[in-house]
Amino acid sequence: MFRNQYDTDVTTWSPTGRLFQVEYAMEAVKQGSAAIGLRSRSHVVLACVNKAQSELSSHQRKIFKVDDHIGVAIAGLTADGRVLSRYMRSESINHSFTYESPLPVGRLVVRLADKAQVCTQRSWKRPYGVGLLVGGLDESGAHLYYNCPSGNYFEYQAFAIGSRSQAAKTYLERRFESFQESSREDLIKDAIMAIRETLQGETLKSSICTVSVLGVDEPFHFLDQETIQKVIDTFEKVPEEEEDAGEGEAEPEAAPGAAGTGEQGGSGDQDVAPMEM
Amino acid sequence: MTFTIPIDNGDAVKIAEAESQRTLYPYVTGTSIVAIKYKDGVLMASDMGGSYGSTLRYKNIERMQAIGKHSLLGASGEISDFQEILRYLDELTLNDNMWDDGNSLGPKEIHNYLTRVMYNRRNKFNPLWNTLVLGGVKNGKSYLGMVSMIGVSFEDDHVATGFGNHLARPILRDEWHADMSFEDGVKLLEKCMRVLLYRDRSAINKLQIAKITEEGVTVSQPYSLKTFWEFSSFHNPTAGAEGSW
Repeated sequence: MFRNQYDTDVTTWSPTGRLFQVEYAMEAVKQGSAAIGLRSRSHVVLACVNKAQSELSSHQRKIFKVDDHIGVAIAGLTADGRVLSRYMRSESINHSFTYESPLPVGRLVVRLADKAQVCTQRSWKRPYGVGLLVGGLDESGAHLYYNCPSGNYFEYQAFAIGSRSQAAKTYLERRFESFQESSREDLIKDAIMAIRETLQGETLKSSICTVSVLGVDEPFHFLDQETIQKVIDTFEKVPEEEEDAGEGEAEPEAAPGAAGTGEQGGSGDQDVAPMEM
Repeated sequence: MTFTIPIDNGDAVKIAEAESQRTLYPYVTGTSIVAIKYKDGVLMASDMGGSYGSTLRYKNIERMQAIGKHSLLGASGEISDFQEILRYLDELTLNDNMWDDGNSLGPKEIHNYLTRVMYNRRNKFNPLWNTLVLGGVKNGKSYLGMVSMIGVSFEDDHVATGFGNHLARPILRDEWHADMSFEDGVKLLEKCMRVLLYRDRSAINKLQIAKITEEGVTVSQPYSLKTFWEFSSFHNPTAGAEGSW
């Protein structure tokens, strides 16, 4: 045996000062389909790519409402993500019960991070294999945090996680300086543009992404497919053949020819880790 | 007095070995608290008496306390229960500060927390024997509310506990207005406290006025009100009252 001797349990250090199991958990985040988040002074937009596990199945939900003022987008092990979002919901509702006021986003994120940290220090546990983009609004404004399986958390203006998220990050890095003052509509557009970057060749359609918004006077909610498609249509050229057919706009989900739909499932399967099931 | 709670041990209902005791009546109590919103925040008045039953036993009890940065708590009722509540709130605000993240509990949050504590205790048939008044200012907004012993809570522009509810609030309803200056507010509170002093046997002539604004809490030094006892009805208060003895 010459393989890594220091990666068989979470609590064992390698001589170079690394915890391999924790790093593997962070790898799981990279394997999940992409999720992105960005914020302005008053709004947060969370968006993700929907990838079905197989041609025969539907896709899994990757964005969850925690409360009216908090939402979360996940990448990695969806099952772990659901457990954590349930925890977040319960923390949030308990806070509202006791204090009759919304839980500050930063506090929720710290509690979540502490929960993840415990898993990196107990021999009988395993780290959560999920990265969470937590978006929320509180007294101090709009916030976007990234929570990592290692127990670390960071606040961002804009961030992307999951497979091929580097492309989205590059897009966001080019543009993030203007986000603070962005309008809600521009934020949504940038979110969808960033999503497009992660697709690499696949055509962007409303059916393969989920977009959610929250902000001042706007409780967390998902955008409907029609709204997303309208935004996509403002920058995405509709292929000419479909335009001729004349129903590209009216029925974005069903309409496009067989070529488009076939491509989607085919390339998707290889990039998604089996764990995401 | 001991109130014994039977505990069901399987098939037989036995008297539990460890008898559980509940507060059935208060021992040392403070009387009314009167509080109003004014231009810059909230003003609150209370006297410093502590009654042992009907004996005015203590004369230097502070019944108003700053809670965190944005709140002021006043209590009537059992003094020891008030001290217990202050311990809860100390722990709460300490833990709140330990987050060290710039967030802090405002008066609304404290008020709701107290409502939960009071209601929870009454559900255990072991109430904290107080009526609490919570005032505060956060982010430019004044807040004033009350919680009763059994967890009833509400907000208002002016509130009063105990006797004050009967004697002070009618005055406040007539004379209170939203943009009162500090001086007018103090005058109004003193008017209420004077009426209470005359008519509430538990009230004593040593009171404090507390102020909370965006700048924080200040509680005044104790002082007395001018009184006039020479009205003829004060000389022989029982004249004309037919007694049985």
